[in-house]
Amino acid sequence: MPRRSLLRGMAAGAGAVALPSLLAACGDGPGDGVTLGSNASDTVPKRAYADAFAAYEKKSKKPVKVNTVNHENFQENINRYLQGTPDDVFTWFAGYRMQYFARKGLLADISDLWRKFEGFSDAVRKQSTGEDGKQYFVPYYYYPWAVFHRKSVFRTRGYEIPENFDQYRALARQMQKDGLTPFAFGDKEGWPAMGTFDYLDMRANGYDFHIALMRGEKSWTSPQVRQVFDLWRSLLPYHQKGANGRTWQEAAQSLQGKKAGMAVLGLQHPGQPFTSENRADLDLFPFPEIDPAFGKEAVEAPMDGFLMAKKARHREAARDLLAFLATPQAELAYLKRDPNNVAANGGAGTQSYDALQKKAVRLVAGARQISQFMDRDTRPDFASTVLIQALQQFIGDPDDIDGLVNSIERQKKQIFAAD
Amino acid sequence: MPKTAPRRARRRGPRRHTRRDRAVLCVLLGLPILLDLVLVWGPTMASVGLSFTDWDGVGDITWAGLGNYAHLFTDYPQFWPAVRNNLLWLAALGLLATPFGLLLAALIDRGVRFSRFYQSTLYMPVVLSLAVVGFIAQLILSRDQGALNALLGGGKDPVDWLGDPDLNIWMILLAACWRHTGYVMILYLAGLKSVDPTLKEAAAIDGATERQTFFRVVLPALRPVNVIVGVITVVEALRAFDIVYAVNKGRNGLELLSVLVTDNIVGEASRIGFGSAIAVVLLLVSLGFIVTYLVQELRGEERR
Repeated sequence: MPRRSLLRGMAAGAGAVALPSLLAACGDGPGDGVTLGSNASDTVPKRAYADAFAAYEKKSKKPVKVNTVNHENFQENINRYLQGTPDDVFTWFAGYRMQYFARKGLLADISDLWRKFEGFSDAVRKQSTGEDGKQYFVPYYYYPWAVFHRKSVFRTRGYEIPENFDQYRALARQMQKDGLTPFAFGDKEGWPAMGTFDYLDMRANGYDFHIALMRGEKSWTSPQVRQVFDLWRSLLPYHQKGANGRTWQEAAQSLQGKKAGMAVLGLQHPGQPFTSENRADLDLFPFPEIDPAFGKEAVEAPMDGFLMAKKARHREAARDLLAFLATPQAELAYLKRDPNNVAANGGAGTQSYDALQKKAVRLVAGARQISQFMDRDTRPDFASTVLIQALQQFIGDPDDIDGLVNSIERQKKQIFAAD
Repeated sequence: MPKTAPRRARRRGPRRHTRRDRAVLCVLLGLPILLDLVLVWGPTMASVGLSFTDWDGVGDITWAGLGNYAHLFTDYPQFWPAVRNNLLWLAALGLLATPFGLLLAALIDRGVRFSRFYQSTLYMPVVLSLAVVGFIAQLILSRDQGALNALLGGGKDPVDWLGDPDLNIWMILLAACWRHTGYVMILYLAGLKSVDPTLKEAAAIDGATERQTFFRVVLPALRPVNVIVGVITVVEALRAFDIVYAVNKGRNGLELLSVLVTDNIVGEASRIGFGSAIAVVLLLVSLGFIVTYLVQELRGEERR
């Protein structure tokens, strides 16, 4: 015990722990009304959130003070943010990435609020629940991952939507023959490739295996994981070359420019370079079946929403705001301005949705399981210091699968042993 | 004994300080020392201490002994590439950019035509932050949309300057050298201006060629500048971070020790102990280079 407190004292002396929270404390005095920390620093989501909070202020006559922080910085500082003086409510992600902070005791339990919530499916409820069975998360919107393509390209070339992996590969081969790059692919940021891995694993080994793998319970050297990389390797010749040097935006542009035929991305991504006229030309199909035992029952649909900090100072105001944000009208107020997502609440009317959003809703409604995304289904430190690098290494050199999975497994053991 | 008496008296000198003098001394010396302890040595020692522990930034700190180091040296695939890249960085800045900067300074100092123009053009990148240099590098080197591939014609399979791990480090080193050369040039230009011209004249009268004059007379006279340039080069090489972080977060071929420290410590679930172990390695490498360099320089100074 004395050693521990000594170390803690040393760490505090470093100032590294205390400083960010001190800075955060300078930002907002204990004023009236609820404060909200937002990571929505991009223009479109920022304005969309502003619309939603304005709707709340109008309804409740209570002010919401929003502190928007750059998206990446918000994530990088979340640890110290929650230990310092966090805002009452803040934006975050569902799944393991939320459960991690719940386990650390940094989040407020909102199970009683959840009992009054309506319109959320069981799958959504599960993603809002901590490991202790209590709810912590108010789901807001989600954006499923799928295979995106242009209707006009499929129509003029006579391509069929592939149902299984063989058809998928045959379609890719055909596209290559026709002078198209079958798959637009960019992984410079490190995360876009994760979606492909997740789908290959869930289709080949099932959702339960995938989640167990993400939680560190299955071995990365197992034949199942090797099979995933083997399947992926068989597709790589059909992917855009040089993916590690290309951003996902550049990849989406080649889909938009009809240079590439398909792209595995999330609903938020491929539409961005499309102009509003030809947005209707963008379409999606679910990632094809690999093992009939698992079919296409799992869908990857990362969900964003809100959490309440354990240290929240305006608890009642915060709970009131959360209850509002869980309603369909709050979600629709947001989606009006940012139509690249879908409301998490099933009660939200789909009349205002475009065809793509409606398709996304059907995709998720028909799912038996919903995964969150590799970096939300596993420990954040494992995802960011091991998996990003491993997938990039695989893309650059797909032949050394043995070395790759062994290296991942060794590092996994070290990281998961830490707790 | 009378000879030693005055010396002893002089030695007793400090005692003649008044109480006020001493107070002033204490404040003037004490404050910087205190700041140094709190802001520099405190964090350094905390890092060393934490490097022997496991800590995620929230829960308990647990003792890990040498575990972090063992893991670092054996099972962390990014570690050795990062060490190699740090050394490459040092070599490129020290053996290419610095001599090149000296050459340019010497040429400009001799008064080539348009020397003002060259001087300002070469100095221009120095005012840019390395992160900005990174963004410029991306505009030029991006595989699909970069200016360089557009110029080269590209063809069906353009070169992936920033995505290919065998290539990107060299491209980034080029960009880093671009900036460093200007920096070194300006330092040497200032130094060359202060070299007494009569030295060169004397050498010329003795029949020395221009090369001989430069290497035997001018360069030794530049010794103080050499020390500064040397230290700056080592520091620049070891603290390199922003440019690779701007390009691809220091992954896939652009690993550096500073990036690995950030990767592990900054983030939602911090591996503070492990990150600290990497930081300690970086600290030892830096101390090794800087101390050896300074010791040699100071010894050289004594010898003359």
